[in-house]
Amino acid sequence: MIEISDLHKSYHMGSNSLHVLKGIDFSVQEGEMVSIMGSSGSGKSTLLNILGMLDEADQGSYTLDGKHIKNLNEKVAAKYRNQFLGFIFQSFNLINYKSALDNVAMPLYYQGVKRAERMEKAHHYLEKVGLANWATHLPSELSGGQKQRVAIARALASDPKVLLADEPTGALDTKTSYEVMELIQQINDEGKTILVVTHEDDIAHMTKRIVNLKDGLIIDDTLVTQVRADEARRKAEAHV
Amino acid sequence: MFDVERWQEIFETIGKNKLRTFLTGLSVASGIFILVILLGFSSGIQKGVKSQFEQDATNRVAVRTRVTTKSYKGLNPGRRIQLRNDDFTEINNKYDEQLEYKTAIYNMWGSQITFKGETGNYRLEGANPDQQFIENASLVSGRFLSQDDMDETRKVAIIGNIIKKDLFKGKDPIGEIISIFGVNFKVVGVYTDPGGAREEGRVFVPLPTAQIAFSGGDRVRSLAYTVKMSDDFDEAVALSAALSENLEQDIKSKHLIAPDDRGAVRINNTLEEAKKIYSLIDIIRNVFWFIGIGTIIAGVVGVSNIMLIIVKERTKEIGIRKAIGALPGSIIGLILQESIFITSIAGFIGLFLGVGLLQIVSPLVDNDFIKSPQVDFNTAITTVFILIFSGALAGYIPARRAANIKPIDALRDE
Repeated sequence: MIEISDLHKSYHMGSNSLHVLKGIDFSVQEGEMVSIMGSSGSGKSTLLNILGMLDEADQGSYTLDGKHIKNLNEKVAAKYRNQFLGFIFQSFNLINYKSALDNVAMPLYYQGVKRAERMEKAHHYLEKVGLANWATHLPSELSGGQKQRVAIARALASDPKVLLADEPTGALDTKTSYEVMELIQQINDEGKTILVVTHEDDIAHMTKRIVNLKDGLIIDDTLVTQVRADEARRKAEAHV
Repeated sequence: MFDVERWQEIFETIGKNKLRTFLTGLSVASGIFILVILLGFSSGIQKGVKSQFEQDATNRVAVRTRVTTKSYKGLNPGRRIQLRNDDFTEINNKYDEQLEYKTAIYNMWGSQITFKGETGNYRLEGANPDQQFIENASLVSGRFLSQDDMDETRKVAIIGNIIKKDLFKGKDPIGEIISIFGVNFKVVGVYTDPGGAREEGRVFVPLPTAQIAFSGGDRVRSLAYTVKMSDDFDEAVALSAALSENLEQDIKSKHLIAPDDRGAVRINNTLEEAKKIYSLIDIIRNVFWFIGIGTIIAGVVGVSNIMLIIVKERTKEIGIRKAIGALPGSIIGLILQESIFITSIAGFIGLFLGVGLLQIVSPLVDNDFIKSPQVDFNTAITTVFILIFSGALAGYIPARRAANIKPIDALRDE
């Protein structure tokens, strides 16, 4: 699904140049659920941005679903993002004057889906994340966990090949985090490829494979036994 | 453009920023308002000045002679130059092709006219039938002078509307006998002149009759012509200027006047005068346009500024939209459409207020040089196009900036 090799990226700030990614080789198969870990400054967010076509690498190759991603102009990048990728952000990034339903429908709008069909699909995905009753609510009327669910529904709406989640639980408490992870695991169970950037160990262990980044290089890439989020939640509740 | 979703978004943003939108709109509306008022008045001035020229035919050329101011060929200055019938016929024959209407005039100021005990002093003009068209006079009743009147030296008179009012007190003057310096004339027509009272206080009688009745011999006071008009205004002006020049030279050489004597022969070329005034009006109108456009530019800069702020405020939202697949074109469209919408609505309000005010004020304006200030349809359409264009212009830079927002920068929120 994802194939990258010898990926380099540096940032220039004035006269200083910061070499963030120093040659990453990495591949993800369809249906995998991978977490990318690393301390801040390790380059994990940069890697995710490049994977998400929000940023471009200086060097190296990137293939997504058989397509070479290189020298994209804005138009093509926007089209690919819309077709192949779904984003989940730490701070949800919902549009705050639009209802939950309209937020979910947005990627479909940019795909050119007709209004009625768009609303029906959006409703379907809201139902899937368990927020059918909250369709008309504005983001400001939702809790953090609910907002992230809306964001997940939005990411799913365009039926992307890969879900990219950047610290999806970073702004949530443990209980809500586990609930969100439970949802993400369900989506993975249905066959969707998911990449999660996180610095939390417990969240990372809820994926099937952990990639560790340090100073712009992969230092560790291991398959792990997935901890089911619902079990973890029950355990945590039992402790309390 | 007709995307419901996009309109909803525009109304949502406008609804959230009512005051800001109102202030922006105000600057555009006042710009258009001022432009419309200025244009209305410039067209009013145009109409007013045009009506000033209407008192005589616009293509009129009049010849008058006075006293020489320079000695020439042994003749002393101070010699009075007298035009005579043969001057008139010579010019008529020589320039027949270029002249449309022709008349010689023998006039007497302050002629005493009496009708049944009512007396007044008016200007008497012995003239040819063509006088009607040269003076731009139209008949109220009866007829104008005819060639038969001339040939038979009939004692008939055409009186101005004012004289009718003064002497006849509302009675029909046609067929009545008036006395001019004791000579009886039959009134056969009443005329009116767009020049108003000053031009209507005259009596026209056949030229030969006037010359015989008031011992004028073959003397005439002045000659008046209209020049055949060409379709092209500038060409007509050039032709009539050339004709004036020729007439002046002919008369000067015939009457032995120094070629550089500017006082002895006066040629009054209305068309040339008109051209001067028209070009002045053109300048006034251009200045008004300039001021108006300047005001609109100020408004447009305001809109542009506001849109920049809007883009700045919505940076993150635009970033999100781009991350989930919005094309740069759709972002540009959104900003551009909002900007055009605000300028158009505000502009139309200004346009209607301006036109409305002109409608109210127009009948109240009472001035010789400004007549019913109004904007015509074409001007209104032009301002509408200016509006839409300026809206697009105002939105363009902010829209470009919005389209250039990198989602990665916009989403870097921490």
